[in-house]
Amino acid sequence: MITAQFDYHAPRTLPEALKLLGEFGDEAKLLAGGHSLLPMMKARFAEPAHLIDLGKIPELKGIAEMGGEIHIGVMTTEHELLNSALLAKKIPLLVEGVSQIADPQVRYKGTIGGDISHGDPGNDHPALMLALDASFVLRSARGERVVKAEGYFLGLYTTQIEPDEILTQIRLPMPAAGSGASYQKLKRKMGDFATAGAAVQMQTQGGKINQIRIALTNVAATVRRAHAAEATLMGKAIDASSMNDAARLAMGICEPMPDLRGDAAYKTAMCGEMTRRALMLAYQRAHKA
Amino acid sequence: MSQLKKITFKLNGKEVSVEVAPRELLIHTLREKLMLTGSHIGCETSHCGACTVDLDGLSVKSCTVLAVQCDGSELLTVEGLEQGGVLHAVQQAFHEAHGLQCGFCTPGMVTRVYRLLKENPNPSEQEIRYGIAGNLCRCTGYQNIVKAVQLAAQRLATETA
Repeated sequence: MITAQFDYHAPRTLPEALKLLGEFGDEAKLLAGGHSLLPMMKARFAEPAHLIDLGKIPELKGIAEMGGEIHIGVMTTEHELLNSALLAKKIPLLVEGVSQIADPQVRYKGTIGGDISHGDPGNDHPALMLALDASFVLRSARGERVVKAEGYFLGLYTTQIEPDEILTQIRLPMPAAGSGASYQKLKRKMGDFATAGAAVQMQTQGGKINQIRIALTNVAATVRRAHAAEATLMGKAIDASSMNDAARLAMGICEPMPDLRGDAAYKTAMCGEMTRRALMLAYQRAHKA
Repeated sequence: MSQLKKITFKLNGKEVSVEVAPRELLIHTLREKLMLTGSHIGCETSHCGACTVDLDGLSVKSCTVLAVQCDGSELLTVEGLEQGGVLHAVQQAFHEAHGLQCGFCTPGMVTRVYRLLKENPNPSEQEIRYGIAGNLCRCTGYQNIVKAVQLAAQRLATETA
């Protein structure tokens, strides 16, 4: 399986990459880890005339704590996220999520920025980013803007990014003490996309939830935040009744595409189950925190 | 557009230069231009892991890496594991523990396990299974593959002790 022909560019700096993107515009695609783009190019779903490889730009890599936030360069690989002591301590939800992405070889190459930029509802980072209230830094020759993860994902393979922009950094506020989180993903086998998945990040006080974000993976054309499910849990403990209410409300916003992973009813039911499991575990963890 | 590019990398310890088209996949360069046919093409869709090679200290599926991306890199394929006619401990362990049936997945498995044991010299069974999850064995010979990895880990531990 061979891709269509293209020209390959390997800029060494971000300004160089932006210049190339400005020059080639719609004809260019940015190459991150390549584990979504190259398969699509092999299948000829994508036929860019120019491929701009971001892999040789050191400033796009790395994980750092900056003023109460964690900043992650877009070219940081899943492998690096999975093995980050800083993330394990400060943002365990991200590490738990990443541990369920693809397989070792794909995690060595695959990047957080590529996963986010691709806009595939089957990718796991969008739900993790919504649950973590992430912001994304977008750079272009016109300047820089910072946008919220919420609202960034518009639909199938569509995000707010403009053709002349490069996603350069992910910014994550650090969850406060007393937080608990979990990412639950049902998959047929290691390496598969989610049949359904749920990311939960919550904070409790005296056993009652006072902050919660729930986001769902692969149950619609794009990631969905379960606002109604969140609202019903405010001020409550997690018990069978509150958990079932929340799961029912989460299922209410599912519109999955039937495929080999199951029909719409099955996927919706599994999304409810993933939501229940993530809520239970996140709540237990918040208690222990 | 799409002119041939000359790239240079270190392959199994030797400096190699080769001309490649931008769209050329690393597995094709290795097999068809450099005649290293140990790495196999199984699915060519980054699922099966038969094409796994070691690129700058990471296991990668060479069907999903462009050769041009490897300019200046250091590569190790299954052919580079044997040293002076002596099999690498991982290869020897796969042989002794019957970690292969038809053998098609073996070069990828062995190359992946080489890196896994560098990162985690004493993995639990669960860590082994998680660590080789990107390599499929169509004969389903996983039990003995796991045993082979355990044997290789023991041998490497005594080698370095």
